[in-house]
Amino acid sequence: MTDLVAPSPAPPGLEARTARRERVRVLLRSPSFVLGTLVILFWLACAILGDRITPYDPLFDQTADLSVPPSSEHWFGTDRLGRDVFSRVLAGSRDILLIAPIATLLATFFGTALGLITGYLRGIADDTMSRVIDAVLAIPLIVLAVTVVAALGSRSTWAIIVVIAIVFSPIIARTVRAAVLGEAQLDYVEAARLRGERAPYVMFSEVLPNVMPPILVEATIRLGYAIFAVATLTFIGFGLQPPSPDWAVQIADNYPYLAEEWWTVLFPALAIASLVVAVNLVSDAIQQVLER
Amino acid sequence: MFAAAQLLPGNVGRAVLGRDASEEAVAEYNREAGTDRPAVVQYVDWLGGAVQGDLGESLAQPGVPVWDIVEPALVNSVKLALYAFLLVVPIGILGGVLAGLRVGRPTDRSITVVGLSLAVVPEVVTGLVLILVFAIWLGWLPVTAQWEPGANALTQVRYLTLPALALVIVLFGYIARITRAGVVEALDADYTRTAYLKGLPHNTVIRRHVLRNALMPTIAVIATQVGYLLGGLVAIEYLFNYQGIGLMVLQAASQKDFTLLTAGVMVVGTTYLVFTLIADLLFAVLNPRIRYETAQ
Repeated sequence: MTDLVAPSPAPPGLEARTARRERVRVLLRSPSFVLGTLVILFWLACAILGDRITPYDPLFDQTADLSVPPSSEHWFGTDRLGRDVFSRVLAGSRDILLIAPIATLLATFFGTALGLITGYLRGIADDTMSRVIDAVLAIPLIVLAVTVVAALGSRSTWAIIVVIAIVFSPIIARTVRAAVLGEAQLDYVEAARLRGERAPYVMFSEVLPNVMPPILVEATIRLGYAIFAVATLTFIGFGLQPPSPDWAVQIADNYPYLAEEWWTVLFPALAIASLVVAVNLVSDAIQQVLER
Repeated sequence: MFAAAQLLPGNVGRAVLGRDASEEAVAEYNREAGTDRPAVVQYVDWLGGAVQGDLGESLAQPGVPVWDIVEPALVNSVKLALYAFLLVVPIGILGGVLAGLRVGRPTDRSITVVGLSLAVVPEVVTGLVLILVFAIWLGWLPVTAQWEPGANALTQVRYLTLPALALVIVLFGYIARITRAGVVEALDADYTRTAYLKGLPHNTVIRRHVLRNALMPTIAVIATQVGYLLGGLVAIEYLFNYQGIGLMVLQAASQKDFTLLTAGVMVVGTTYLVFTLIADLLFAVLNPRIRYETAQ
């Protein structure tokens, strides 16, 4: 009987929801997305559980065995202070998984606001900000970061977050601006403007939801680069400091002894690589699905 | 840039002379170096010198003109960057063309995914793995990049191979991706279909129509990557202990030698702008459409 009843008109938003569900299904079928997500979840779990799951204390010298190569007792060996490298690698995801996402979120927030304003308002605001953005982009990230960290005078966690947010905001702003320029030509924006809506309302309530996909893609790409930047800055001495078990701190600490104790450097290095590659796989998969 | 350097907290004299120097010595140093004057006065003074090609003297090494430190570092960096470019450009273009001609097939996916994955791994990590494998385990190449003074060109190339390879691995993904996109677009274009319909053999179409059009955006992107390369040099030069512009900027920042830091960042920024300009010009020269538009 119910078959005969005419289908009721689809409630508004249903189409969008179906499309979204379809995208999620395509994502879950993509092997690179699944692999990337699993690796990220693994490191997240390590970051949250920390020394509750590590076989040894990652921070204190537990054993009398100094600099022993990998064995069944110490899977990744021990460093020159006798700390278990396997435990330190597991615990080492915490700081970077805190700093990089916070920096990326800040950059995405400011970058989106900047991009909306410059792309929607155009005029002097656009010209001025575009020049500033060009100037910031002319200097490579690491060089700029080294200068700003030195200028802030502190090598604290917040200093790195601020630096990365400052450097990434204009890059995100440029992407958002380009997307907004395309949207601003469309009828719905014109309609909202003719209704007499104020510019901030049009920007944030009308345009913003429609430029979310490129912002999402840009944010995941930036997250990968944020991890890259934190690791590099830390390695050259401008980021996290010992005794943090952070991977890049471990590398910086031990690489002078690379020839004798390769395991103290190689395993944290592979951990960094696995995390950035995983983030990259996820962002690549999302990009492909959204661009379909 | 000057503003940022000025914000560096702490006393220049104190930083240069060390913690044990007396108060009087520090004050004396600051007076001589002019670092006790108001920031604006220092800036005007510096700008006046800079436009005349005088970048001032290093603060950490009094009496040494900044340019005397910048120049050899720049030469070293250019050697490394040039070597890396000579390697990566053909490899990257080849990879991109291969991927582009086999779009969507396993060759394409593996080149794209591997290339992009390698591109996001920090140079430090790739560099370390390269050192470990080729210098320590296999013993083929030296661990650091700094050769003995007076080494001949061949020895220098040997020393620079590992750092250059680290840069190649990072840049490969970008160049391959852009080339691939260009090839895909050209394969899809009307002129390619026309060429096929004219009855031209497949290889001729690929060579004369697809590749020629596809490589255009690639050349522009390669030129912009020079700027990126300069940033990548910081980590690589530090890792391989190579006295280039990246390591110099790093040392200047930690020694609070802000005349040197300013000069270093200026050189880097200028290089980037010059290569962006070259990219734009190349693009115009290679693309008749843009050339004619400008001419009209």
